[in-house]
Amino acid sequence: MEKAKLQASHIHTVFNRDGKTTPVLDDISLAVADGEFVCLLGPSGCGKSTLLSTMAGFLSPTSGEIKIDDQVVRGPDPRRIFVFQERGVFPWLTVEGNIAFGLSHLTTVERRRRVAHYIRMVGLEGFEKAYPPALSGGMKQRLEVARALAVNPDMLFLDEPFGALDSITRLVMRGELLRIWQAERKTIIFVTHDIDEAVQLADRVVVMSARPATIQQIVKIDIPHPRDISSARYLELRDGIFQQIGLAHRI
Amino acid sequence: MNSLAEPRKWERFFWPMLAGALFLALWHYSVAWTATKVFPSPDDVGKGFLELIHKHVLWGDIIDSLRRVAIGFGAAIAIGVPLGLTLGWYPAANHVVNPLLEILRPISPIAWIPVAIILFGVGERAATFLIFLGALFPIVVACVDGVSNVPSVFRLAGRNFGLSPVQMLTRVVFPAALPKIIVGLRLALGIAWLVVVAAEMIAVDSGLGYLVIDSRNSGKRYDLVVGAMLIIGLIGLVLDSGFRRMEKVKSVRWGFRDES
Repeated sequence: MEKAKLQASHIHTVFNRDGKTTPVLDDISLAVADGEFVCLLGPSGCGKSTLLSTMAGFLSPTSGEIKIDDQVVRGPDPRRIFVFQERGVFPWLTVEGNIAFGLSHLTTVERRRRVAHYIRMVGLEGFEKAYPPALSGGMKQRLEVARALAVNPDMLFLDEPFGALDSITRLVMRGELLRIWQAERKTIIFVTHDIDEAVQLADRVVVMSARPATIQQIVKIDIPHPRDISSARYLELRDGIFQQIGLAHRI
Repeated sequence: MNSLAEPRKWERFFWPMLAGALFLALWHYSVAWTATKVFPSPDDVGKGFLELIHKHVLWGDIIDSLRRVAIGFGAAIAIGVPLGLTLGWYPAANHVVNPLLEILRPISPIAWIPVAIILFGVGERAATFLIFLGALFPIVVACVDGVSNVPSVFRLAGRNFGLSPVQMLTRVVFPAALPKIIVGLRLALGIAWLVVVAAEMIAVDSGLGYLVIDSRNSGKRYDLVVGAMLIIGLIGLVLDSGFRRMEKVKSVRWGFRDES
């Protein structure tokens, strides 16, 4: 594998709450290549979001370290943007204001150009002056992705970004995300508990066990985009992960 | 009439007008039937009202009351908002100050009148101080509450975009807390308007509160007392609806329940 963009080495995380210690991450090591799309897959509460927050610099691991571009992560950074479920958009700003949020260091002309570019990219034309409460869930999610992309980060962390959307919107959004990823070539780490979602999107799927999370298996999805979700290979990979999850969690 | 149905336009005006008219009728006939010599009928109040306007004292009193509220309420904002934002921002500081605030908060500003008089003497400054006190606590509490309840996802997003602490306060925390702060300001203005009337009865010799008490003391003019009371109510209504209008501003409307 080429040189890693992100390298997680022996990450252990233990939460202390009310005098009880709960191990959450158990010796996680993972390398992610530049421009790669990786899905962290596991059941709710397994610690995959904790791992993502640690990679983004919002949490410090109890031991071990995360390196990005060979530098140890010590906090969040505008070069790597975390996309929450649609809750992350600022309701007091318009669509334009949200996208321009991270661009205050730019000249007005450049800022306008970028805002217009990303509004077009995520298909929010005509809603420039709208406030988030007037937008649907899918539109808010696209807005948050646009706000993240506008600062031209080299990595995106997405924490179950489509989890709150209805199933049709979710399908559309997956397609949009793939289109954007192919256009912009960001490194994407995407947390989900949806096996189909992981197999449709990722270059590699990291299957995680129940808490304390370990990496159960890493599955390479060797199907070119656009993926035929009824092809034999797709079903084979999906069923393999199903089985893996079943083994890990004894469903 | 179905409670779910949107009321028709004429109904929206007709029923409140009818309620008002019934109230006036009840008032009028109560005065007529009891044959009281002290309490004025609506008619007397109307005449007294015109008299107040002709003698030009009314406008002066209204302006004096509004001026005191503006100064007291303005000072409460100038001190209460930064104080509340700071306490909300530093939970440790809030932990230290909160018990003191919680003890001072339930004390009616009226109970402070003797203290205000010791501190400032009988006069303008004592009245303004009482209004300031009455308005200060709801503002501080609303700011603390607003800041400490900013959803963590907004703060995390702000940190992710590399904001400095000052930018975080001005670009994330303050706008996120603003709907709650506006509610606190509206509450505080209502209290300020209550307190100014009480303060003017004691500490000064102008304003609507003074007009009420003076009308009673100089010749038991209850028509003027009730007239002044109505003016106080109307101005309070206007001040409140002015604030309600602020809640409709788009950048804060998201924070109010009827608009999600």
